[in-house]
Amino acid sequence: MIDYRDAWARQKECVARVIQGGPEALLVGEHPAVITLGRASRAEHILAPRPELERRGIPVIEVDRGGDVTLHAPGQLVIYPVLNLKHYRRDLKFYLHQLEQSVIDFLNSFGIVACRFPSRTGVWINDKKIASIGIGVRKWVSFHGISVNITPDLRLFSLVKSCGLDAALTSVEAETGEKTGMKEAKNIFIETFIRHFSGLKGLSYA
Amino acid sequence: MHEIVLPELGEDINNAIVAKWHARPGDAVREDDDVVEVVTDKATFHVPAGCRGKIREIRVPEGGTAEVGGVLGTVAPD
Repeated sequence: MIDYRDAWARQKECVARVIQGGPEALLVGEHPAVITLGRASRAEHILAPRPELERRGIPVIEVDRGGDVTLHAPGQLVIYPVLNLKHYRRDLKFYLHQLEQSVIDFLNSFGIVACRFPSRTGVWINDKKIASIGIGVRKWVSFHGISVNITPDLRLFSLVKSCGLDAALTSVEAETGEKTGMKEAKNIFIETFIRHFSGLKGLSYA
Repeated sequence: MHEIVLPELGEDINNAIVAKWHARPGDAVREDDDVVEVVTDKATFHVPAGCRGKIREIRVPEGGTAEVGGVLGTVAPD
């Protein structure tokens, strides 16, 4: 479990390194409950009164990613790839799609069939959202990323209007009825992600 | 005078919304400084000054829309 601000500081270090030509990084973890506001956020999309959030110790942090309000909580896998997009394609939509695709492939390994909506970002199971996306790019190096609900307490999401949408949220646990371990989920995701993105780079994954 | 231009951000992306200026007119900037953040869909993109000097003018304010290739602001070179 890593505090959101600490993870954000780690990302910044990685971004600086990748801009200097250093190795790309993939940060994967979990945050204690936190609400973050992307650049397209609207204050009214935080549904809970501020005093309630303070009482529950849930901070609200403004961040330089795309997208609206989102909530992170234990049981949700947060994925922050710090990639040099010049090695793939200088295309923001292409990167967002590939990131979503890596999550769709990951969910497939749990027997879950998920998809993208043409007009909406994130990853969906019918009309329920399982993964939320929001990225930042500096000198064509990516940061922020995507979060996938594995086993979070889904009631927490009623504190916000996630991504400004009225859609219900779901999780791997809710879809499969099984309590997947976070460590297992993390390992499976990393393997899926590396296979997917190294393929895009034209490298083989052994 | 140097123009800070909204670069190509990918296929099918024709414009972006200016989310935040990190510099004001008169501020000294270096070539690599990210001076303005633009948003498209679920992505923010940081645009560098591209030239050492002082910010002269902000052409597209926060909340405004810029076309790819359009001028976001200008820098008076040192």
